Amino acid sequence: MTFLPKPKLHHPELPKNALGFTKRDYEGAVSTLCAGCGHDSISGAIVRACFNLDLPPHRIAKLSGIGCSSKTPTYFLGASHGFNSVHGRMPSVLTGANLANRDLIYLGVSGDGDSASIGIGQFAHIMRRGVNMTYIVENNGVYGLTKGQFSATSDRGAKSRRGVENKDEAIDLVGMALQLGATFVARSFSGDKDQLIPLIEAALKHQGAAFIDCISPCVAFNNHEGSHTSFDYVREHNLAVNYLDVITGREQITVEYAPGTVEMVKQHDGSTLRLRKLANDYDVHDRIAAMTYLQQRHAAGEIVTGLLYVDPDPEDLHHHMNTIETPFNELDETALCPGSTVLQKVNATLR
Amino acid sequence: MQPTDIRNPDYFHKVVDCQWACPAHTPVPEYIRLIAAGRYADAFMINWNSNVFPGVLGRTCDRPCEPACRRGRVEEEPVAICRLKRVAADYKGDISDRLPRPAERSNGKRIALVGAGPASLTVARDLAPLGYELVVFDSDPRSGGMIRSQIPKFRLPEEIIDEEVGYITDLGMDMRLGQRVDSLKALLDEGYDAIFVGCGAPRGRDLNIPGRHEAAANIHIGIDWLSSVSFGHINTIGKRVIVLGGGNTAMDCCRSSRRLGGEDVKVIVRSGFEEMKASPWEKDDAMHEDIPILNMLVPKEFTHKDGRLTGVLFEKVKAEYDARGRRRLVPTGEPHQHFECDDVLVAVGQENAFPWIERDIGIDFDQWDMPAVDEVTMGSTHPKVFFGGDAAFGPKNIIWAVAHGHQAAISIHQLCQGENVRDRPPPLVNLMSQKMGIHEWSYDNDISLDLRYKVPHRDKLLALRDIKAEVELGFDEELAYAEAQRCLNCDVQTVFTDDLCIECDACVDICPVDCISFTANGDEAELRLRLNAPAHNTSQDLYVSGALKTGRVMVKDEDVCLHCGLCAERCPTGAWDMQRFLIDVAQAENACCSLQNA
Repeated sequence: MTFLPKPKLHHPELPKNALGFTKRDYEGAVSTLCAGCGHDSISGAIVRACFNLDLPPHRIAKLSGIGCSSKTPTYFLGASHGFNSVHGRMPSVLTGANLANRDLIYLGVSGDGDSASIGIGQFAHIMRRGVNMTYIVENNGVYGLTKGQFSATSDRGAKSRRGVENKDEAIDLVGMALQLGATFVARSFSGDKDQLIPLIEAALKHQGAAFIDCISPCVAFNNHEGSHTSFDYVREHNLAVNYLDVITGREQITVEYAPGTVEMVKQHDGSTLRLRKLANDYDVHDRIAAMTYLQQRHAAGEIVTGLLYVDPDPEDLHHHMNTIETPFNELDETALCPGSTVLQKVNATLR
Repeated sequence: MQPTDIRNPDYFHKVVDCQWACPAHTPVPEYIRLIAAGRYADAFMINWNSNVFPGVLGRTCDRPCEPACRRGRVEEEPVAICRLKRVAADYKGDISDRLPRPAERSNGKRIALVGAGPASLTVARDLAPLGYELVVFDSDPRSGGMIRSQIPKFRLPEEIIDEEVGYITDLGMDMRLGQRVDSLKALLDEGYDAIFVGCGAPRGRDLNIPGRHEAAANIHIGIDWLSSVSFGHINTIGKRVIVLGGGNTAMDCCRSSRRLGGEDVKVIVRSGFEEMKASPWEKDDAMHEDIPILNMLVPKEFTHKDGRLTGVLFEKVKAEYDARGRRRLVPTGEPHQHFECDDVLVAVGQENAFPWIERDIGIDFDQWDMPAVDEVTMGSTHPKVFFGGDAAFGPKNIIWAVAHGHQAAISIHQLCQGENVRDRPPPLVNLMSQKMGIHEWSYDNDISLDLRYKVPHRDKLLALRDIKAEVELGFDEELAYAEAQRCLNCDVQTVFTDDLCIECDACVDICPVDCISFTANGDEAELRLRLNAPAHNTSQDLYVSGALKTGRVMVKDEDVCLHCGLCAERCPTGAWDMQRFLIDVAQAENACCSLQNA
């Protein structure tokens, strides 16, 4: 297979953002994933979200583990920092990087194997610590790299491509993230960019642990009849509770909505989320109700998507630990290594 | 919008902008690929089939294809299509065994052709292999028409004309050169089955301002002067020359003057520089030879002393636009400006002249004294008389003359077979997948980022010394390859199959020019505004699918598609495929047209 680089020529009217970059400037190398992979759509959505938010690419750090999903950071944000870690260990590396330099924007990209199997412990702890990051799981319900075995997120009763039924119960990463204290939890679908792009934008703006479970059909091993993550199945069973718009500047709200259908959520960084509600009774601020609702709808065979929970005023790991605001790389040696007298003082407090 | 009907050959034909813009509909991307493959003879034959004079046109064509070229919309400049055509002619080698043979038997039909220029010769080429007895008349001693008489040899060497005219005359026809037709009625009375009039627009417009008569010895009509130069009757001119007019004839006049002793040669035009009729590259070539082009000057008087021209007096004007945007040239009020000179060449336009066509033989003429000619059949109001080239609709160019010739040949053939002239044969169309394997296509889909290459020129001093020394040297094979790679292969079409699409967005994400959208259907005007990239160029179509599973439609804006095939490479189901679209517009029985590589 040849993988031609995407030609540099672009649409003559390609818009530029506030930094003077075009969408193309946020792209990476050409994808070597299977043609039609949902992951590539998520990469495309990340590109658009970063472009829309005018993020400087060199202030973003993208980290991943192992798997098809964890290959994708090569395919977007070619000018950003990247770290491809050990299988399932992306959360530790991300936590460490975040502790060392809180000024970067952290984007963790993982898959259902990387996060729900080998890395489930790491997943749990990064959520409960409230690391300020965007954590996206590209969830296709199979191990694509090893030819399509069920993964831990695959529904009980889903069928493999050879017709074998999955007998194990599925891990619901959204439910776990809610329970473990993530302050921004969403689920979306790679085939619905209208929903996905603003969710990624909102997550990037969120100043705490933001988690997006993105269902991403595996066209090679999990897009057949009987699959629960195929394009057709997800489209049929998708219950979107809301769509949102991320308002960063002083944009005026020009569209009129019927009362009760729109909720404005002010985020800590000054941006506003405009929630266009589809299920009117759904409250994005009620963690317990969200968990109940998700369980109910799951039992009814529906896949709930949209922004499921948000705490507009989150506390993150640095807040808990009362760490210094200055990144380590900007501190001088005396600050980083204050000497034996200070060490003795610290030790004395622990005696 | 309704789903696009890609079975209509015009739809994909329009996507091949160059071929659509070419009056003769030459399959441009097809021959450019062959040039890149080093298959010059094949590339030449494709040209020869369509435009009859590849070597001539590769140097002199007005290139309507180039402004149409898609490359010009995604980058700075179009592909150098015209000069690549010349490459095919330059490196083709011997192609004589590929040409049609003279007909073995006459079909008993006799056709007279008036004029031996590109239009008549095209008719002759298309009909000769079918067994027609062709009689070609021309008042000039040699065949080729304006190709030979008006285009200077430093742009088009004589041997190219001899070769390409020869390919046609070798098919067997009665060439009556040096024989002027003075009466169409007399010709009709000779009992020809059909007559084709391709006599050009032979009369150069004069400029009747004061002093014209008195200084006549040094005032020359441009096309007549070029013809005299061409046939060797004139070989000098004064040191100071003024050329009046802004068309390509003016450019040929001034550059010829520079080679015949003109040292201070100027072109002076009434209009603004930008509105001049001359092709931009011809203006560039003239200016490169130290010929200034002065504009907004209206000639008022030829000044003379003792019966000899001394110069030209001009009124200065400026452009003013009325409410409807129409331009008017109004005097600036400044004093007239006088330019001294020894000779003036008047190149202010050409006119048709049909003093030899009687007005009572059934051929209608319009208010401008032009024959009423049907734009499809090229027929006049006389069932047996057809027109083409400059004689049909006034001065155009060689490639239009060729296109007219093909259509007139079809009409003559229909007439002689007792068929209805209005029944036009359909084009030959072929649409074929180019897929060879995963990520593998039978065309080179890697997009070159090179900018347009310049054709090397002969050193200026050497070029100006000899009026027969060709200025443009043509691309060498290496440059030709690099330039050919700039072609976007617009004839390799993106073909979409609705019911295979799973709406995974892979094509949308990979498309480098954002030309694919999946969205709710709507009116074209409204749809154009809400695509991934707004589709403002309404001259380019939207390719719309039927309703997909989600109820949306696929909309592709053809405007800036690079035909890179990445949509098809990233498509998991083969809903996108790259298919080569070949269209050969019909010629009379397609006697000279073999659909190459189909």
